[in-house]
Amino acid sequence: MSANSVEISNVSLSYYTPERETLALEQISLNVESGQFVAIVGSSGCGKSTLLSVVAGLVPPTEGTVLVNGKYVQGTSPNIGYMFQKDTLLEWRTVLQNALLGSELLGLDKNKSRERAKSLLTSYGLGEFLHALPTQLSGGMRQRAALARTLCTAPDVLLLDEPFSALDFQTKLALSDEISGILRAEGKTVILVTHDIAEAVSIADRVIVMSRRPGRIKSDHRITYPSAGGERPSPFKARSCPEFNGYFQAVWDELDVHKVE
Amino acid sequence: MSDETLTATEQNLAPSQPEISDGFANYLRTQRRRSAQVTMFQIGIVVGFLILWELAPRLNWINPMLTSYPSAVLRTLWGLILDGSLWGHTLATFYATLIGFVGSLIIGIAVAALLWLSPFLSKVLDPIIVVLNALPKIALVPVFFIWLGATSSIYAMAISISVFVTIVMLYTGFEAVDEDKIRLAKLYGASRIQILRKIILPGSVPTMISALKISAGLSLVGVVVGEFQASKAGLGYLITFGGQIFQMNLVMTSLVILAFLSTVLFAAIKYFESYIYRRRGIKSGQ
Repeated sequence: MSANSVEISNVSLSYYTPERETLALEQISLNVESGQFVAIVGSSGCGKSTLLSVVAGLVPPTEGTVLVNGKYVQGTSPNIGYMFQKDTLLEWRTVLQNALLGSELLGLDKNKSRERAKSLLTSYGLGEFLHALPTQLSGGMRQRAALARTLCTAPDVLLLDEPFSALDFQTKLALSDEISGILRAEGKTVILVTHDIAEAVSIADRVIVMSRRPGRIKSDHRITYPSAGGERPSPFKARSCPEFNGYFQAVWDELDVHKVE
Repeated sequence: MSDETLTATEQNLAPSQPEISDGFANYLRTQRRRSAQVTMFQIGIVVGFLILWELAPRLNWINPMLTSYPSAVLRTLWGLILDGSLWGHTLATFYATLIGFVGSLIIGIAVAALLWLSPFLSKVLDPIIVVLNALPKIALVPVFFIWLGATSSIYAMAISISVFVTIVMLYTGFEAVDEDKIRLAKLYGASRIQILRKIILPGSVPTMISALKISAGLSLVGVVVGEFQASKAGLGYLITFGGQIFQMNLVMTSLVILAFLSTVLFAAIKYFESYIYRRRGIKSGQ
């Protein structure tokens, strides 16, 4: 349990354009234990999404290394699942075909993947919509279909890039309960990126605060809810725990939201 | 949460209730009256134009030699049907137009795909395509005639007039496909060819249909112009021939058939478009 699932060591990343060089990430080091749920918060443009791209192997770091399950990240890997802010469902494919995209591209066994996708979609309440098109689904249903697509290839590490931010408030609360429940039950290691402090504090075991560009790790908060009696409360219940406001305030103070750039 | 969404969807799918309130009935009546008025005016304009066209030459307001009139057009049309040449000329033009825009679409998809696969190639070829797209292709009619002869020069004209704009439209469409969808495919280790096949091409079907609409219209222009120069058949040929022997009846009849042909062509594409959009669960015309 205590083995590190993700080890980010001294990662720096620079963007180059003909006009300038931009340092997006500066000396980021972060270890995430297997099965841990980590949230990274920071103001927009702090490089938190870029960090996920580096962990996913989509963007190579300028300096430093990333290890996932003890292996160096050199390009993408089926061990890592990634959910975007938009559900990125392909509108010409049915819900089931969308869920199968990953296994199709990875060349996994067709029948097995099909069964797995069906059972995932059914357990997320989309059983009747297997052959529906994404345009026929509500926002919450679309994001659940995207979750099924992500989990269909059975990754151990999940990177969530503000997956709830495009949803309305009620759907967002309900869905973050649902998704965090599923991911905790399956024992996945999760790195969630968000700008929503309440979401981070309610959902995660650890909240990392990142500074403005160049992105650096500013602080690391352990989140526990002893008042809930040993068990990790659901994000919705956590919001009414007495500890919640203290964590919220601590992260808020770190973020310097009101400071003008 | 899921229960709520389910019932909401079911309600949307349920047929509307039989009882209609007065306000709604009133609204529906107004809508129907409006659309009936529009149709009436459309028919009125056409009928009015035909009456004016018939009367003006007959009352000697204008020279009938120059304008012909609808009854003469009908007579000429009937004559062309009887001697069997109408079908042949119309089919020749239609067939060449079909080759033009289908050929343009196929070449356009192939070239745009190649450009998308190789950003270097697309940078290199960009100014060339821009120049070729801007060149008035009509100027190539005599060139094609000399190079390719009577029949093939018409196909070449139909394709060349529409292919560059098709390439530009499709390539722009390929480039505009959501970057996140490409990232998603890359995440699963997709190669550029796989991204093209699974994401770019199926995602660009609406762009392809728009390109088809434009290239169909342009191809028809190309075919008629090609027929002016080269052909012994087709509506373009009929128009030049009628002009040379000062038979305005024949010219006007050919124009009417041409208008009818392009209407049929666009109706067919429109039908194809709504079929595709229905299959994708999108409302047509969006």
